[in-house]
Amino acid sequence: MAAVTAHVADVHAHEEHEHHELSFVRKYIFSEDHKTIAKQYLISGIIWAVIGGLMSVVFRLQLGFPNLDMAWLKPILGQWVSISAEGVGKLDPNFYLALVTMHGTIMVFFVLTAGLSGTFSNFLIPLQIGARDMASGFINMLSYWFFFLSSMVMFVSIFVETGPAGGGWVVYPPLSALADANPGSGIGMTLWLVAMALFIVSSLLGGINYVTTVINLRTRGMSFDKLPLTIWAFTFTAILGILAFPVLFSAALLLIFDRSFGTSFFLSEIYVNGQALPNQGGSPILFQHLFWFLGHPEVYIIILPALGITSEVIATNSRKPIFGYKAMIFSMAGIMFLAFIVWAHHMFVTGMNPFLGSVFMLLTLIIAVPSAVKAFNYITTLWRGNIVFTPAMLFAIGLVSFFVSGGLTGIILGNSALDIQLHDTYFVVAHFHIVMGAAAIFGMLAGVYHWFPKMFGRMMNAKMGYAHFWLTFISSYLVFFPMHYIGIAGFPRRYYQWSGFATFDSYADLNAFITVAAIISVAAQAIFISNFVYSIFKGKKAPANPWNSNTLEWTTDNPGHGNWPGEIPTVYRWPYDYSKPNSAVDFIPQNIPYSSTPESNLPHENEMIADEKEIEKLEFDRSIPD
Amino acid sequence: MAQQINIIQEKQDNILRINKWKFITWLFIISIVMLFASQTSAYLVRRAEGNWVEFTVPIIFYYSTAVLVLSSVFLHLAYLAAKKDKLVQLKTFISIAFAAGLTFLVMQYYGWQDLQTQGVFLKGNPSGSFFYVLTGLHGFHLVTGLFVILFAFIAAFQTKINAKELNRLEVCNTYWHFLDLLWVYLFVFLLYFR
Ligand code: HEM
Ligand SMILES: [Cu+2]
Repeated sequence: MAAVTAHVADVHAHEEHEHHELSFVRKYIFSEDHKTIAKQYLISGIIWAVIGGLMSVVFRLQLGFPNLDMAWLKPILGQWVSISAEGVGKLDPNFYLALVTMHGTIMVFFVLTAGLSGTFSNFLIPLQIGARDMASGFINMLSYWFFFLSSMVMFVSIFVETGPAGGGWVVYPPLSALADANPGSGIGMTLWLVAMALFIVSSLLGGINYVTTVINLRTRGMSFDKLPLTIWAFTFTAILGILAFPVLFSAALLLIFDRSFGTSFFLSEIYVNGQALPNQGGSPILFQHLFWFLGHPEVYIIILPALGITSEVIATNSRKPIFGYKAMIFSMAGIMFLAFIVWAHHMFVTGMNPFLGSVFMLLTLIIAVPSAVKAFNYITTLWRGNIVFTPAMLFAIGLVSFFVSGGLTGIILGNSALDIQLHDTYFVVAHFHIVMGAAAIFGMLAGVYHWFPKMFGRMMNAKMGYAHFWLTFISSYLVFFPMHYIGIAGFPRRYYQWSGFATFDSYADLNAFITVAAIISVAAQAIFISNFVYSIFKGKKAPANPWNSNTLEWTTDNPGHGNWPGEIPTVYRWPYDYSKPNSAVDFIPQNIPYSSTPESNLPHENEMIADEKEIEKLEFDRSIPD
Repeated sequence: MAQQINIIQEKQDNILRINKWKFITWLFIISIVMLFASQTSAYLVRRAEGNWVEFTVPIIFYYSTAVLVLSSVFLHLAYLAAKKDKLVQLKTFISIAFAAGLTFLVMQYYGWQDLQTQGVFLKGNPSGSFFYVLTGLHGFHLVTGLFVILFAFIAAFQTKINAKELNRLEVCNTYWHFLDLLWVYLFVFLLYFR
């Protein structure tokens, strides 16, 4: 066996040599280097976020100012803005639905799944576990390019004549199954399904790679109890994806058959224009079960990486060990497990058996326990720390705030009796935008500010970071907090306008206020994007370890292909030795052996010095994986 | 003490370290299991709602099942041959397994034809639609499996598979046996929950 490994390593040594003269295309476009792929995901994610954000401005304008003249949007939206005889431009109601659908799909899948996991799992897994690259660079590259293809299909769908899909990001049939139901249910919906199928393939390829890398490619001494919490979070996320995305594929596949091949999985006894459709015996509720079996885990696929990033950023910048390392791992594992058995809380009003509803209610409310454990652990980590308020730290603290305030409304929605009133109102919109939208975006931004120096070798401008944070933080709350009120007042989701209902008139101001706040929050992102682009080229050169952090990625300066120029460091301790008593420095990186820190070792750590020799003797295949 | 145990485990972990391609294969298998688990549960949920037309499963599906099992057996024989460095046998057995896999697909196709003469179409009652979708989805995965065998087959002819280099064949076998088992599961499922 050893001989075989040696032989393989040899072959790779040759390959590595050839890798040095990579062509431009292999280096920046069809790259197999995890760091390049991470940047590709990040930049694609940012582009999508801009598109999705601008869409939200358009439909928020419609909701906040229903009488607004939208003629000035005609050059961009074309046929979707109709000009009346008096010259007043109106947004097409069907296009409003399409915008909401696209906004949801883009943000949930393309920004907060691909853009978040794709970026940080790719960038951090090999660097933090001490590997030269992902288990398979090729599969990793495929994963990105499937995502790219999916992006292209989704992008094209925006421009087709009948408009993009318009059935909401959850694409419930029969609305999504019948082309007559809505213009977006024609070719737009077909393209949506194709794009999502490609997206699922991409996610699976990515996730399989992440898990394999974490299990198989850890460096010497990097036992599971020394993994940074980011890695734990990314691993759990990948496992969730591997288990949940195939189920979405199932749902999409059956929907494709219903749409294109005349089957009746989800359709039954439907009349269109007085004509009965031939479809018999299908069940639209079945689709909801399949969809939410993915849909609920999906929301944790989005939030877990953000929580992992937050753990790392908060511990580093509090200059304190993370509080409850094991509790964090177990609560993430608990969340992951529970995520699969609560999906029906999205379906309380589908006429399901009330007893079943109570079971799902109980299971749903149990999720609050591990979620609260995490929130308290963040707060106790911050407690009496020597907090360094870097922009990344502010965003991480912002995440904790959103996670708590959005989680609380989740508990309200989880009660099946209350949900009868609140389902499909703006209360739900407020809940998930705070706990998922805002929290996960803040986690992603924290990650970008924190790891930007390692990604691009330069620092981002901190002053702009602070401005970006405060504007985004305040305006996000101003957007989503009032939505709770209008939700309780009964405003339904996905309505083009409410001006037809006299009861809702008194809230017109509040809706206008939300729109103004939303425009500010979108505009504030311009600060981030200019900072991001400017700093890539002109930022101050970054030192190897600007935040005095402990994890392995900071031990390599400007990593090239293969990450560490020489030996990969060996790991001796956990990643959270900040402000250790009796230590001269306030951080001790993972690659510092206990034998060289006798002054700060605890008794049991002194005993572990003897094992260090054992760790160093371990043999590893140190080549770049193919 | 606890730490020490950990470190010892770590060391063993290295010696037993599972080949990453095998690991990747298993993860793929898990995701395929989830796909079919969701399909069959959708089937059960839908069936429980009534309005379910029963039909007899054409006899040819029994034969095709036997053929697929046979192909798995031959692939295993190929593996045993490779382990003993009997390369001629290896090539023969791999070829037979591949041919049996292909035959299975053709028989599935004829099975569909028989269903249609029975009056069971893709369009119509979901009982029939599900039958086509499940068999079709499995057929699609089987095609990918055939490609994997093909790669192993080419590797065998380039003498890249022998007693010392078994990983490729092992990955191929794991996947193929899985697809075989998956079909047996589906077939029994479809018979039992008609
Ligand atoms: C304490 C934990 C939580 C509980 C008890 C909870 C409960 C619920 C319930 C019952 C609903 C359904 C409301 C309805 O449609 O009538 C819901 C919707 C939703 N939740 Fe949560 N939630 C929690 C945390 C989260 C987290 C952490 C996320 C994401 C990161 C999230 C994302 C969503 C989304 C996206 C929806 C709406 C989907 C849609 O209808 O479009 N929730 N939540
Ligand atoms: Cu949920």
